[in-house]
Amino acid sequence: MSMDFAKGITAFRWHGRGGQGVVTSNQMLGKAALAEGNYIQAFPEFGPERTGAPVRAFLRISKEPIQVYAQVYIPDVVVCIDPTLLEVLNPAEGLKTEGTLVLNTESDPKDIRDRFGFKGGKVVTVDASTIAMEVMGRPFYNMPTMAAAVSATGVVEIDTVIGEVLNRYPGKVGDLNKVAIERAVKEAQIG
Amino acid sequence: MSEKFNEIPMAGNIVEPGNAEKYKTGGWRAEKPIHNPEACLWIKNGTCGRCWIFCPDMSVILTEKNGKYSYEFNYEYCKGCGICAAECPTQSIHMEKE
Amino acid sequence: MTISKDKIKIEGLTGDSAIAHALRQANLDVLAAYPITPQTIIVEDYQRFAADGEINAAVIPVESEHSAMSACVGASAVGGRVATASASAGLALMWEILYVAASMRMPIVFTVANRALSGPINIHNDHSDGMGMRDSGFIQLYCQSCQEAYDTTLMAFRLAEHHDILLPVMVGIDGFILSHNVERVEMLPDDEVEKFVGVRAPVDPLDPNNPLTMGPLALTDYYFEFKEQQDRAINRVPKVYKEVEAEFEKITGRKYGQFETYKTEDADIIIIAMSTMGGTAKVVADVLREKGEKVGVIRLKMFRPFPAEGIAKAVGNAKAVAIFEKAMSFGAAAHPLAMEVRTALYESKERPMILDFVVGLGGRDVPPTTFVEGIEKTKEYLKAGKAPKYETLGVRK
Repeated sequence: MSMDFAKGITAFRWHGRGGQGVVTSNQMLGKAALAEGNYIQAFPEFGPERTGAPVRAFLRISKEPIQVYAQVYIPDVVVCIDPTLLEVLNPAEGLKTEGTLVLNTESDPKDIRDRFGFKGGKVVTVDASTIAMEVMGRPFYNMPTMAAAVSATGVVEIDTVIGEVLNRYPGKVGDLNKVAIERAVKEAQIG
Repeated sequence: MSEKFNEIPMAGNIVEPGNAEKYKTGGWRAEKPIHNPEACLWIKNGTCGRCWIFCPDMSVILTEKNGKYSYEFNYEYCKGCGICAAECPTQSIHMEKE
Repeated sequence: MTISKDKIKIEGLTGDSAIAHALRQANLDVLAAYPITPQTIIVEDYQRFAADGEINAAVIPVESEHSAMSACVGASAVGGRVATASASAGLALMWEILYVAASMRMPIVFTVANRALSGPINIHNDHSDGMGMRDSGFIQLYCQSCQEAYDTTLMAFRLAEHHDILLPVMVGIDGFILSHNVERVEMLPDDEVEKFVGVRAPVDPLDPNNPLTMGPLALTDYYFEFKEQQDRAINRVPKVYKEVEAEFEKITGRKYGQFETYKTEDADIIIIAMSTMGGTAKVVADVLREKGEKVGVIRLKMFRPFPAEGIAKAVGNAKAVAIFEKAMSFGAAAHPLAMEVRTALYESKERPMILDFVVGLGGRDVPPTTFVEGIEKTKEYLKAGKAPKYETLGVRK
């Protein structure tokens, strides 16, 4: 008999590399969900933070207080912000059949489905690397990838996320992130 | 020393300052220091004072009044350790059995 | 009266940050600390409050944890409100002064992001550090959530500084699992916290105008009497804790108790666990109950003083108690939590079967499935009528 230990919880798993802002974007999405009246848990896979090393982070969102304290093994959403990680891991591992896979990649959803054999749910692709380099001139892929995840899942309003970003990065950095987020929402492909 | 736990201050605090004065340690002495003023530099001109500096029990009492220097031991607290005798540069202190 | 909602600030805070905010609002006089993962953010955030001029406390960046606790003892001795933070090896380096702080009756609040002890070197969560200091004389409170960490830190000052107590308090959160986990935290307004925590009224502080000696020698003639005092003081904690919590509940609507019971009344099997594991256990109990299994949970918050009578009462007529704990006492008759629970239940008329599962050492994740595995084993042992004294779960063997 299968047991559901995550009733009413939407769970995210993030993949990225140390220094790419996995922990930050995870927290920011969590805080956006909090601002919309939810309970949250946003935590990294704990370890010494080493630039470039693969890093995971987890997010739980629920209307009720969350009492389970463990890593997320069966996520509703997987977000991978670094395209090179797709060479070394299967982002669809453990993902719920009806779950959503969000990737920063130049490929389209059909290619990704073929490559990882993920038949269910939704696949969302966005070329966040190009967006980040063109808008910000620096490899900050996390915000545009998160934007694609937000718009595909509707877990929070995109404007709430933008509010959190502007709050955390007032001034130019925030403004550029806002542009990148809005562009990612437009360019994301869902299939 | 017969007080119960609730008859003594908390945590071993000593709430009466300077109460070590009540504890006379002169009785610990096996030998007592004896002072001979003849060669003593303090008596001569108020210098030296090594015995006063080194005494661990503040039992060497040096006084000066109208240019006259006097010397005594406080035998209520002197434990007879002999440091004063050992430190004296003019051998003006010697130890005698109690 | 509960503080109105519009005055409460809801923020996403990590366990460490939540504690830092509580310390900020508690109006400390001195915080002396040395940074160590995963406690670091507590002190970092607090230093930032100090640098931004939000607080007046003296922050002493000492050269070691031994010095951190020593500085705290000194500051507390002159009557200040004092706190520090540490974990793992840092806490171990404080060891000597932990006993000094408790026996000198210094009401220091010591926040700990519980972490494994070396070796091998490991930065992740377990309760080895907290259990290592369990006999030091500190009051020990372990928290399940970031909200509870905030609340408990505030209450800890009232408990520590109460004149019937005057003992240091350790507030524990699970390293990383809580220390680095952003959760929803309701923060009270500064003025309400100020009203609640008040100003410390020291008993016989060091004062040049009224000299006294603290921490002197006490040998065969007096030492034992001072231990008698200390023992009686820590046993007064439950009563004072209840009063403090009742006051806290009045303004916040929240209370935690010495331990929390969850669906224990009719339970056949009761899980006993501390900190975040207590939360996971409750979720497991819900799921197992849907399958018709009568599982309940006791989530222990106060490990020192240990609420033995209360636990025995809460266990009631359960058939088995399954303890899940994150520390080992190598070579002991039982591991730390089980040792307490076994002793607590010895007088019970119908002693339940007691299972001791050691889990999660060095940060090994303890997912719900680990609890299910333990419950399955418990059922087998009940059927067989015998069980091992303890068992490790989640280890490759």
